[in-house]
Amino acid sequence: MTFTYDGTFEGLLSVIFETYRLETTATAIVPAEEWQGSLFETPLLVATKEEWAERVKVGIKKKGGKKSLRLLEHCFLSEFPEVGKLIHDFVRKLMASPINISDNFGDDTVLKLHQIKKKIGREVHRMHAFVRFQRTQDDIYYAIIEPDFNVLPLLPDHFEKRYPAQHWLIYDGRRRYGIYYDQQQTEFVSFADDHALQYRQLPANMMAEQEVEYQVLWKSYFDSVNIKERKNPKLHLQHVPRRYWKYLSEKREQF
Amino acid sequence: MNERVKEKLEILADAAKYDVSCSSSGSKRKNTKDGLGNATGMGICHSYTEDGRCVSLLKVLLTNHCIFDCAYCVSRKSNDVKRAAFTVQEVVDLTINFYRRNYIEGLFLSSGIFKNSDYTMERLVRIAKVLRTEHKFNGYIHLKAIPGASDELIHEAGLYADRLSVNLEIPSEMSLKKVAPEKNYADVYQPMNYLKGAIVGHREEKKRIRSTPSFAPAGQSTQLVIGATPENDLHILNLADSLYAEQSLRRVYYSGYIPISEDQRLPALRQPPLIRENRLYQADWLLRFYGFKVDEIVDQQYPDLDLEVDPKMAYALRHPQLFPIDVNQAPYEVILRIPGVGVKSARKIVAARRHGQLRYEHLKKMGIVLKRARYFLKCADKNFSHLGLYPEAIRKEITQPKRAKTISNQLSLFGTN
Ligand code: SF4
Repeated sequence: MTFTYDGTFEGLLSVIFETYRLETTATAIVPAEEWQGSLFETPLLVATKEEWAERVKVGIKKKGGKKSLRLLEHCFLSEFPEVGKLIHDFVRKLMASPINISDNFGDDTVLKLHQIKKKIGREVHRMHAFVRFQRTQDDIYYAIIEPDFNVLPLLPDHFEKRYPAQHWLIYDGRRRYGIYYDQQQTEFVSFADDHALQYRQLPANMMAEQEVEYQVLWKSYFDSVNIKERKNPKLHLQHVPRRYWKYLSEKREQF
Repeated sequence: MNERVKEKLEILADAAKYDVSCSSSGSKRKNTKDGLGNATGMGICHSYTEDGRCVSLLKVLLTNHCIFDCAYCVSRKSNDVKRAAFTVQEVVDLTINFYRRNYIEGLFLSSGIFKNSDYTMERLVRIAKVLRTEHKFNGYIHLKAIPGASDELIHEAGLYADRLSVNLEIPSEMSLKKVAPEKNYADVYQPMNYLKGAIVGHREEKKRIRSTPSFAPAGQSTQLVIGATPENDLHILNLADSLYAEQSLRRVYYSGYIPISEDQRLPALRQPPLIRENRLYQADWLLRFYGFKVDEIVDQQYPDLDLEVDPKMAYALRHPQLFPIDVNQAPYEVILRIPGVGVKSARKIVAARRHGQLRYEHLKKMGIVLKRARYFLKCADKNFSHLGLYPEAIRKEITQPKRAKTISNQLSLFGTN
């Protein structure tokens, strides 16, 4: 049977709880927004219940440890259409097994989840690398990103540790929300009008005085360290796929 | 910031780029609440050059003025290039501002030798000191220890830097004398040995007194230039092995010689020996993480690495009697010896087999490179031992991937030749 939910992780866990309550299993679990409609079935919409979600979390932690829960939370951020079902299958298998199954790479569900987690990890790592802050006139360091997956929630820890004494804002231009740190804590933020934030380069009147100079210096540094005798465009693209170039001031032609 | 700084940056980054070390990992420097940066994790490549090298640090020379005349170096005295020198403040500003924008993990500062070793070293130390003390900078700092600099300055450098390196550059002293008349091994080994002692000393002390300041927490490294002089891989790997064992180096870097100069003292290479360089890194990896000994990789009979296949494959092809290895039985260290199985795969195998016998299908799904590994392993449903007896045929199959694809029947392996 097909289930729909509100698109949150807690919502998905509520669905899983509901399948146990109804003594059934899910054939598909999709966010209600993405349900395409079908002639043959009407999906069951499950409302998110914090209490249910919490009980499933406790169950996962008991059987599979904190690591298993983290695995599922990370995979959920992939936004892959099949991920809801995978997480459901994992929880079922975990609960039915006498031992922790989270490192059983011979199992298809476990293996697939680990592969997704690896992709998420890679994207997080890319964001650590490719975020490029531009300093604004009011002294906020601003960066726009459009990650393949919804990894923004996984970023604060790294940037808080690195830049505790500066204000910064990392904005997901596609999902249209950001994380803002004010030297105390990080908060999720969204803006009714995010027009100015969508530019690769901030509008001139928003930029701090020396901002462009440093962008230019960085590009000239990047150009100077190249060794043309070793040129290897294939390797270069493998490390910096073209879709990430737009973030990178060193890849820009003009300022 | 003005045009002049940009020009200096271009000259001094260009001159520094031949030092291959770009690692920003291995330190444990944490940030403070009001500080800038940290150097705790793996180290991040913030960009990649068009030749695919990691850009992690702002890697520059303080100056490319130099009183020495090393044949392999662009900055040598007799070379006709534009010269420039940064001020202390300029390097500090660039580092801080690049770091704040998340361009870099930190600074890698080296220098040509102007006036003398101590004079140069003192400037390098001062930059690190200003960054750490005035700007509370806790990002990564790699300083070059200038050969011949005094122990006091080397010591001070260790208090501010995460890593220090002294480059041996040329893999034997005899060759070094020929291409760098002012240099000798003693001047390089002296700071290396001093650092080794100081690093160990500080670490011991830190165990007893936690507030002991850290001293070069990411250790020291060196670089060897490959292909400029006639040393073979056996010689080079033995040298590296002894540097790891005796000087406790964290890393030895290998840099394929790029014919940057038309200096008579050096061979005229058409291309840098990039494949050899890569094979040396692979061999180095086997020494450090796979439990291989130098004489298992190269020996008197085969003093040079096989350019056609990687060193682990070469080892397997020379020792067919040790294979196939049973992935369901063999201990972890032995599984690591299967070509195509890396550290991660080996760990996965050992974890997964507790849940049941591993079959070919499982290995495939785990992402093991079976195209290479299959000749050397045994799993629950497949045993390729009959193939393991024909090392030359396997070599052919592996080094000619295109042709192999058109051959659907594996038995035709034996039909050819
Ligand atoms: S001392 Fe260093 S900078 Fe000077 S020529 Fe030799 S290698 Fe180059």
